[in-house]
Formats: sequence, C-alpha cells, structure tokens
Amino acid sequence: MKHNRILAAALVSLALPFAGAHAAQAAGVFDQVQPAKNRIDFVFKQMNVPVNGYFKKAKVDLAFDPAAPAKSTVRLDLDLASIDAGSSDANTEVVGKPWFDVKAFPTATFVSSSVKPLGGDRYEMTGKLTIKGKTRDVTTPVTVKQNGNTATFDGAFTLKRLEFAIGDGTWSDTSIVADEVKVSFHVEAVKQ
Amino acid sequence: MTTPENYTRPAVAVHWLIAILVLVALPLGYYMTDLSLSPRKLQLISWHKWIGFTVLLLFIPRVIVRLTRRVPAPVTTMPGWQRTIASITHVALYALMVAVPATGWLMSSAKGFPVVYLGLVPLPDLVGKDEALGNLLKSTHEVLTSGLLILVGLHIAAALKHHIIDRDETLARMVPLLKR
Repeated sequence: MKHNRILAAALVSLALPFAGAHAAQAAGVFDQVQPAKNRIDFVFKQMNVPVNGYFKKAKVDLAFDPAAPAKSTVRLDLDLASIDAGSSDANTEVVGKPWFDVKAFPTATFVSSSVKPLGGDRYEMTGKLTIKGKTRDVTTPVTVKQNGNTATFDGAFTLKRLEFAIGDGTWSDTSIVADEVKVSFHVEAVKQ
Repeated sequence: MTTPENYTRPAVAVHWLIAILVLVALPLGYYMTDLSLSPRKLQLISWHKWIGFTVLLLFIPRVIVRLTRRVPAPVTTMPGWQRTIASITHVALYALMVAVPATGWLMSSAKGFPVVYLGLVPLPDLVGKDEALGNLLKSTHEVLTSGLLILVGLHIAAALKHHIIDRDETLARMVPLLKR
C-alpha cells in the first residue's frame, strides 16, 4: 500500500509539469508579430487587366487570444512609399500627389474596432482604414490558423480607391483604372 | 494549271486588313512608348496590344489562303534578282507578322501585365513575371519592329515603283481598282 502511494505520488509529480505545459500552450495571446512573414498585397485592374502589387514595409501590432477572440485588436501602419505597383513607371507615379501623395501622407493606418467569431477559424474584423487623410470603415473576413505557438491571419477585402482620393484628377476615370482594389493580407504572430 | 492574273479575293481582303492594322499599330507603338504615364497611355497600350493580337490571329487565315489559293507569278519583265528579293521580303514579312506581335505578348506577360484581348478575353501568360526577361523581350520586340518597319517600307516602295515607274500590273493584282 505504502509503496503504491509513493509510486502514485511519483507519477503525479512527473506528470504535473507536462499538464502545466499543456495548459500554458492552450492559453496565451498571440501578440509577437513576425514582420518578415507579413504580406500586404493588392490587385487592381487597368483596362480590365489585373495588375498585382504589394507593400514592402508594413508594421502590424496585434493581440489575438483564442479564448477571447472578440477582444482581439489589430493596428496596421503601412509605409506607402514602400509600394510596388507592378512596374517602375507605376511606382514613380503612385507616390505622387494624384495617388498616395506620400510626402503629405506617408502612412496609411488600420485600427480594428471589433472582431466577431464566425465559427471555426473564421472571423469578421471591422475597423477604421485611413489613407490620404480619409477614414472609412472596412470589414474583412479573417481566417486564423493556429499551429503550435504560431498563428497565421489571412484575409482579403475590396476597397474603392476613389473613396480615399487615390488616383485623383485625370486618373479618376474608372474605365482606365478600376475603382475597386482587392487587398489581401497575411500576418503571422507567435505567443509569448 | 495556269497561274491567275490576280490575287484571289480572300487573299486581297486579308492582305489589306493586316496592312491597315500594321500601319496603325506601328506608329501607335512608337508614339505611346514615349508618353509619360497617363490614362491615355494605358489606353493606347491596350489598343496597341489588341491590334497586335488581331494581326497574330489573322495570320492563320492568311497562311491558309496563301497555301490553298494560287498566286499570280511575278510580272515577266522583272529581273531574277528582283524576284529573289521580293520572295525573301515576303517570307520575312510573314515571319515578322508573327514574331512582332508574339514578342509583344510575351514581353507584356514578363513585365507582369497580362493581355486581356479587347478588355474581354484574358490571354494566357506564356512566361511568368520576370524583369530581366521582360527587358530582353522588350528589346527583341523593338529590334524586330524596326525590321518590320524597314521591310514594310521596302514592300511599299517596290509596289509603288512597279506601278509608277515600271507601269506594270504588280500593284494592280493586289488592288483590283487599279486595273488598267
């Protein structure tokens, strides 16, 4: 009997750290963003031709708690001068006044205001997107995949460039450059 | 079988259709390249690509017509060396009618701009986006276009020389209205 009790105690003491470790892995907030893994891509159409572009520099701060996803927060600071709009001609053009006017507005920001679980690994995030001094509400689906200590966040939404005065003046002709721009993002974060 | 006096109607039709398209696409190409980026430039580039692809498409009926219909023999007064040059020019023109639009299409793909024919039909990208390849294809497109420009000039000059100086039937066989 006494031996058995000692054995049981030994087993419990052996198992406990593992149980503790397991609990620690399940809980925790994903808030250590991996900047090198982030992607902010976009596709726009010119004369109905899809053209791909992306931003090389984006700062993302986020906190995602799988146990309380509705409390998640995201903030994006996008360096607009880091744009690649598909060609060197376009890159020179789009930083200028009619487009992003990066001298006056170097950064675009997104600040989340709500995150709604849609079931499974799907969420709906709403927030305020500010580009060129103009703020609009945007809503985007986000798919969150957890793999150990890493979580990936993927989603895409469509914005209307003219709502932000991107491509003013002669460029506002949407038969040449479409109003709709599809933006997609990929962010990775690990938990502490 | 006797050789006909004139080119057949389908041959005349497809010749002039392609001639008009090429004579629009060539100056358009040179003009739009030098424009700074603007909505107008993007529009002209698209039109240039659509015309080019139409030329490429029309090459198929053109070759079929060329291979299935008899063509008139060169006028008998023409010296042998001129016949040789005419034949070489014709073959080279056929080759460039394919090579110039084809390199334009490839260049567009390599530069990351797929061609959407008439703004409706997306053409496949035969090569992926690749800046170095794009620049190489751009140079190739330009060199071949210079060649096409020279041959088109030679072709027109020869046709006019036959009509105005030699006063023979060479041009009239392709322009039924000019029949004397």
